[in-house]
Amino acid sequence: MTVARPRGRQIEKLTTGTQAVAQAVKLADVDVTAAYPIRPYDGVMQAVAKLIADGELECEYIVAEGEHSQFEICKHASAVGSRVFVGSSGVGWMYAMESLAVTPSLRLPVVAMIGNRALDDPGAFGVEHNDAMVVRDLGWLLFWVEDAQECFDATLMAYRVGEDRRVSFPVGICVDGAFITHSQTLIEIPDQETVNEFLPPYDLGDRLLHPDNPITIAPQANEDWVMEIRKQTDEAARRVKGVIREAHDDFRRLFGRGGDNPFFEEYMTEDAEYVLLGMGSLGLPAKVMVRRLRGRGEKVGFIRLKWFRPFPDEELAESLGRFRAVGVIDRDYSYGSPQQGGVLFTDLRAALYDAERRPRLVDFIGGLGGRELTPEMMDEMAEITRRAARGEDVPTVSWIGVRE
Amino acid sequence: METPGRVLKLDPIRSIKKAPVEEYFESGHRTCQGCLSSLPMRLMAKAAGPRTIVLGSTGCMYVANTTYMTTPWVVPWMHTQLGAAGSAAVGTAAGLKALMRKGKIKDEPINVIAFCGDGGGADMGLSAISAALTDIEYNLLIFLYDNESYANTDIQTSGQTPWGAVTTFSPPGKKHRIMQRRWKKNVPGMLAAGHPDTRYIASGTPAMPVDMMDKVRAALRAGGPTYIHVLDPCPKGWHYDPEHSVELGKLALETGIYPLYEIKDGVLEFTGITKQIATGRRRRKPVREYLEKQGRFAHFKNQDYAYFQKKVDEMWEQWIIPCVVAFSYGGPINITGSEPRVRNKNVERVNASWTGEPGHAHEQYEGVSDAPSEPWRDDNRLDEYPNALPSTGH
Ligand SMILES: Cc1ncc(C[n+]2csc(CCOP(=O)(O)OP(=O)(O)O)c2C)c(N)n1
Ligand code: SF4
Repeated sequence: MTVARPRGRQIEKLTTGTQAVAQAVKLADVDVTAAYPIRPYDGVMQAVAKLIADGELECEYIVAEGEHSQFEICKHASAVGSRVFVGSSGVGWMYAMESLAVTPSLRLPVVAMIGNRALDDPGAFGVEHNDAMVVRDLGWLLFWVEDAQECFDATLMAYRVGEDRRVSFPVGICVDGAFITHSQTLIEIPDQETVNEFLPPYDLGDRLLHPDNPITIAPQANEDWVMEIRKQTDEAARRVKGVIREAHDDFRRLFGRGGDNPFFEEYMTEDAEYVLLGMGSLGLPAKVMVRRLRGRGEKVGFIRLKWFRPFPDEELAESLGRFRAVGVIDRDYSYGSPQQGGVLFTDLRAALYDAERRPRLVDFIGGLGGRELTPEMMDEMAEITRRAARGEDVPTVSWIGVRE
Repeated sequence: METPGRVLKLDPIRSIKKAPVEEYFESGHRTCQGCLSSLPMRLMAKAAGPRTIVLGSTGCMYVANTTYMTTPWVVPWMHTQLGAAGSAAVGTAAGLKALMRKGKIKDEPINVIAFCGDGGGADMGLSAISAALTDIEYNLLIFLYDNESYANTDIQTSGQTPWGAVTTFSPPGKKHRIMQRRWKKNVPGMLAAGHPDTRYIASGTPAMPVDMMDKVRAALRAGGPTYIHVLDPCPKGWHYDPEHSVELGKLALETGIYPLYEIKDGVLEFTGITKQIATGRRRRKPVREYLEKQGRFAHFKNQDYAYFQKKVDEMWEQWIIPCVVAFSYGGPINITGSEPRVRNKNVERVNASWTGEPGHAHEQYEGVSDAPSEPWRDDNRLDEYPNALPSTGH
């Protein structure tokens, strides 16, 4: 991996994931934000509110009376040309679902932080990825972060990619509840000039809603036009990967971070025989496991997916062909799905169908409802994947760490 | 109270001749003949003028008006979700304000108007409208066009559907003649009572176009979040010949079923026909005259008319402010030991008339002065109710 030197001055700060997002919101000079409480996302609104109260961010700050309003407020503020920030978690995100569904079809680049949380009932506020995943088919771009630094980086990236006129889609920054939202690490924060160089001002062009540009947005279309509109949206969705690559290159050039691959991070995979693959905070225990097993001579690696939408199907197919087996870790579930597995697993299996060389694919459901994914569980998953790589008979889907 | 920013200079419209000739809601829509919901769109846009952004929540005024590839809107227009008129207005106004404050767009007053139907506004959208009315930093108008049903989805009961009316969700049947047993929510009164910082709240009807346009301008001039509720006869849903739309709008006022008023900085004033009734210059017509003209009440029996009349009489005779504040005064107020203070002189006159003239319209009906308190409990079988069901349409 080549490491570039960051442009400008960076300061180091001890920061939680939510505070890191708030710092990026400030540097992005967001114009409108709307808040409504739900754990674990709400820390970010507390941080944004404090920035506004202290005069560090000039932004219209609206305390909404529910998530539906929160997301509608931001959608409409976006339509008149303001950069917006919003967010939610779990059932709150569900409550906004109607607004979430229409925002991508209106092609408004709303940026939201999703503090991933289990869907009640049973009442639980630990991490689970199902909340964010319900928008995976709607046009939302979804980035899963690993730590507070990536919270910051992904937020800037979200504005840059989402607002690109070739793209114009909302972006969700998916942050594992508690593990990332609430834990502090040292992060590097660039200066305003460098951020400005990375992030051009938000410009809707001829789609701006303003009396000087009297357009009609979202007139009612039925069977005579909806197919065409959906197709256009799909064409935009297909452009996203290219824009992400450009943005990723600029990001590395300016901030000196981000790794070689814009879509996923590969850890000790060069000569690996088999790998585990997952998203979010599980990168940490997974990497510990890889290092430990490598010490025992195991040829194991780890791949952390960053962009879940757009799904880097070709890129993954090309990379994964080198391995004999891939163990997918799903912090989500899809009842009754093919193989009765997780969502990530199902998507990955579809992505590999046409690949020339297909590794054996097994799935692990683990860490639901905020349960910790320990290095021991990682060992167990690695062991099953190793056996799969050797051609042994193992279950396609295993639930890990469940009390029997 | 401070206005949250500059507002456009919009002169009062006191006569139809003073109304602008320019239209900002043009041809290109496809509402029913005689639709008095599209007329307020046209009047509202005319009164607001070209420096306006209109947001429209789902309903007839979206589906029947704004067909893809055509648009009647000359001013910028955007769709919003069924329950989102309040949030759409706040988001738009907040966006404009932020961009102007930061110098990202030209600093100038722009009207923000979000409309919604009674279904979207009085039911699921109520919480967002209520929140919007407390966001005093933003200039916006929420305009609820009340056709007394979920019209677009084929006339279903809403929180604004009158007692007893037939809708596709409240058909009269062999067992229950009256399926819609809820009294219409008093939305403008509720919003006015609950949002003391809101500088302008009014009711209107396109049957009284000058009054309505004048109120739109008054709201936009007042600044801050404002609310106007307009009653719109709907030939399809109310089941009458389209030529009677304006007449029915007027009858709603003349019978006292629907009042016209405005509340400016906390001071209430009745307007038009309602003012004449409130000040004793006009007697209320019996509600039966209004109800009988509509197919949706064709299944009514005498006791139903009587019950309806009784409820309307209550609104006039027992509410602390007739037709606006829906409770009576038990006085004297023990905390202050004083009589209630009613700031509007017209209302004082109404207070004086509570015990006598005018009102008591139901007494003019033979045999119905003893209105049953719950007419739907009457187990009379409904044998015939010709044309009581509204037709289905778009
Ligand atoms: C969340 C949601 N629920 C239901 C609908 C279906 N729907 C479309 S238009 C409409 C009727 C709206 O009624 P109202 O607000 O009274 O306006 P009107 O049709 O009478 O003009 C409904 C229920 C919808 N669009 N969105
Ligand atoms: S159904 Fe009623 S409100 Fe809808 S277009 Fe027809 S007349 Fe107007």
